[in-house]
Amino acid sequence: MRNIVKHDGTIMADAWQLLERPAEGDSLTLPEGPCLVPAELWLAGHEHFAGNDRIGLWLDSHEEPELIAEHIHQLPLVAVNFPKFSDGRGYSTARLLRERFGYQGELRAIGDVLLDQLQFMKRCGFDSYALRPDKDINKAPRCLNVFSNPYQAATDNDEPLFRRRGEFPVAATA
Amino acid sequence: MYVYDEHDRQLLAERVAQFRDQTDRALAGELSEDEFLPLRLQNGLYVQRLAPMLRMCVPYGMLRSKQLRRLARITRDYDKGYAHFTTRQNVQLNWPALEDVPDILAELAEVEMHANQTSGNCIRNTTTDQFAGVQSDEIADPRPYCEIIRQWSTYHPEFAFLPRKFKVAVNASEYTDRAAIQVHDIGLQMVRNAAGELGFRVHVGGGLGRTPMVGPVIRDFIPELDLLTYLEAILRVYNRYGRRDNKYKARIKILVKALTPEGFAERVEAEWAHIKDSPTRLTRDAIERMKGFFTEPAYEDLQDNPAALETARNDSKAFANWVGRNVDRHKKPGYGIVTLTMKKTGTPPGDVTDRQLEQIADLADQYSFGEVRVTHQQNVVLADVRQDQLFELWQAIRPMGFATANLNTLTDIICCPGGDYCALANAKSIPVAESIQRRFDNLDFLYDLGNIDLNISGCMNACGHHHVGHIGVLGVDKKGEEYYQISLGGASQHDAAIGKILGPSFARDDMPQVIEKLIHVYVDNRTEEEEFLDTYRRIGIAPFKERVYA
Repeated sequence: MRNIVKHDGTIMADAWQLLERPAEGDSLTLPEGPCLVPAELWLAGHEHFAGNDRIGLWLDSHEEPELIAEHIHQLPLVAVNFPKFSDGRGYSTARLLRERFGYQGELRAIGDVLLDQLQFMKRCGFDSYALRPDKDINKAPRCLNVFSNPYQAATDNDEPLFRRRGEFPVAATA
Repeated sequence: MYVYDEHDRQLLAERVAQFRDQTDRALAGELSEDEFLPLRLQNGLYVQRLAPMLRMCVPYGMLRSKQLRRLARITRDYDKGYAHFTTRQNVQLNWPALEDVPDILAELAEVEMHANQTSGNCIRNTTTDQFAGVQSDEIADPRPYCEIIRQWSTYHPEFAFLPRKFKVAVNASEYTDRAAIQVHDIGLQMVRNAAGELGFRVHVGGGLGRTPMVGPVIRDFIPELDLLTYLEAILRVYNRYGRRDNKYKARIKILVKALTPEGFAERVEAEWAHIKDSPTRLTRDAIERMKGFFTEPAYEDLQDNPAALETARNDSKAFANWVGRNVDRHKKPGYGIVTLTMKKTGTPPGDVTDRQLEQIADLADQYSFGEVRVTHQQNVVLADVRQDQLFELWQAIRPMGFATANLNTLTDIICCPGGDYCALANAKSIPVAESIQRRFDNLDFLYDLGNIDLNISGCMNACGHHHVGHIGVLGVDKKGEEYYQISLGGASQHDAAIGKILGPSFARDDMPQVIEKLIHVYVDNRTEEEEFLDTYRRIGIAPFKERVYA
């Protein structure tokens, strides 16, 4: 079992097991415990998996969230893979899952998840993070909250700063 | 000019603390070079040929005298006593030490400056016309919208890891485009619709670099309140579908071309339909509040062409030349827009010393309400100078080297730092600029030649905007030797065009002579009314080719 970080900074042991895509011709063997199935396989077997709170899915960075939109309320956990931390597609995927398709379950960042990207992931709606194992998970909580009062609206905040600022300060024209 | 409130100050302080922590972890070996790379780039820090390079942000080119003085101090304390104005209205240090950068950023933050997102695959500094707010033909002042875009794009959580860098420019004038918006990832032209409402025409997918393109229009009118949601829709489509497999095909222009502008526009419209009423939609109050920061300074009631100006003009031809070239018409009678040229022959275009930065600050305080603007042509503008003080100002700036009366002429060269400083360059660019400036040192001849944009880049990344120079020069590497390829007919204004390559490239020593031959083709063929670009467009590239390769 590995530790994951939650959006409030809690570090906890986690039982979800990530299943890689099986090689061509191989079939997928489900483990005993809760697991994350590649999205296309979950979709292929959705009659079977839907509503099972021990089977979630993971989307790769090139896979569109639209794929799973209609099943969104039957999923206990959705993970989005960052194959490389510099691949930023997962941020849009997360916002769409939350803001457009109304996903309310756990949304997890997996793959090349590093400390300095956690703040962005949190703002885009991820609420758990499988930090890459070589990174110091104890530093994760403070990396989740870098900016106390950001400029933009995002999943975590639907009031951009321009809607929250006070009246125009007279002194500023000086 | 925009003034920070406690929110802006807090955000910036948090950013500086964050980068200090990141730098500490990088130096301690907890972050690999690859992992630190985008973090330092998004704080302006490159590692260059000879030393790190720090690109500090000057949002849409505006600086206060206090900020100039701080920049001067930083160049003295952390660098070698000079800085470089870039072609995107920013300022660069060439020799900072990596471990000093957090301190430099803290010093910048004290004067409401930063190096946010001046590099990296994110939304960069939003640029605009250096004459914003003081020219008579603009639709509205673009700067409040630039600041609105700056805030929206700063630390945007969804768009910090785009396929590639992303540049937005805004233009407000109907007749000129000093911001070169059609060669930006997004170019916003302010317009009014038939009902008189303010909005933007949206160009997407322009750019220079390896695949130069003029950005097509994807929407004729987006109302001002919808500006940010529409930008968010464009960025989301790009973030999701832009290519990430090949760095050279990752800019938005490649996506726009692949989908066709119509196809791209459809995707943006479909995305926008979902988010147009989201909280990111601007409010009338937010815009009005922002406009409150860009009010007119305390102008006096004056007349154009005061006697003092007329007398001085008659007495000094050199002064009259300078007024004719380097002073532009101001919307307010009795005022002028002065461009201080940073193009003195023998100094790299855009380079300024710490002392010069302080001199510019003093000039701003004395003559122009304490503010200046940096131009993408690497000059500095005093936007609000009284006409009856022009002569005094001119006398003051001559010994400083800012009065070279060559604005927009052949020797007002746009030039990247090139192989002297930049790790990416194939060839040096500064010595080419200098040799051309030396060859054309007769001002009367330069004035007779009229407006000619000569732009030089040391490699195809095109920081010197060579594609849109009327004459463009590109440094290339031929078997380890530096050569220079020439293109003709580029333009960056409303008539934007990408220049056509003349033919085989030239050795550096031949460049002044080659440019001279090109100029003579123009002189021999022009009609009375024609500028260089007009003649080129009429007669085509062939006569130039024949003369140069004869």
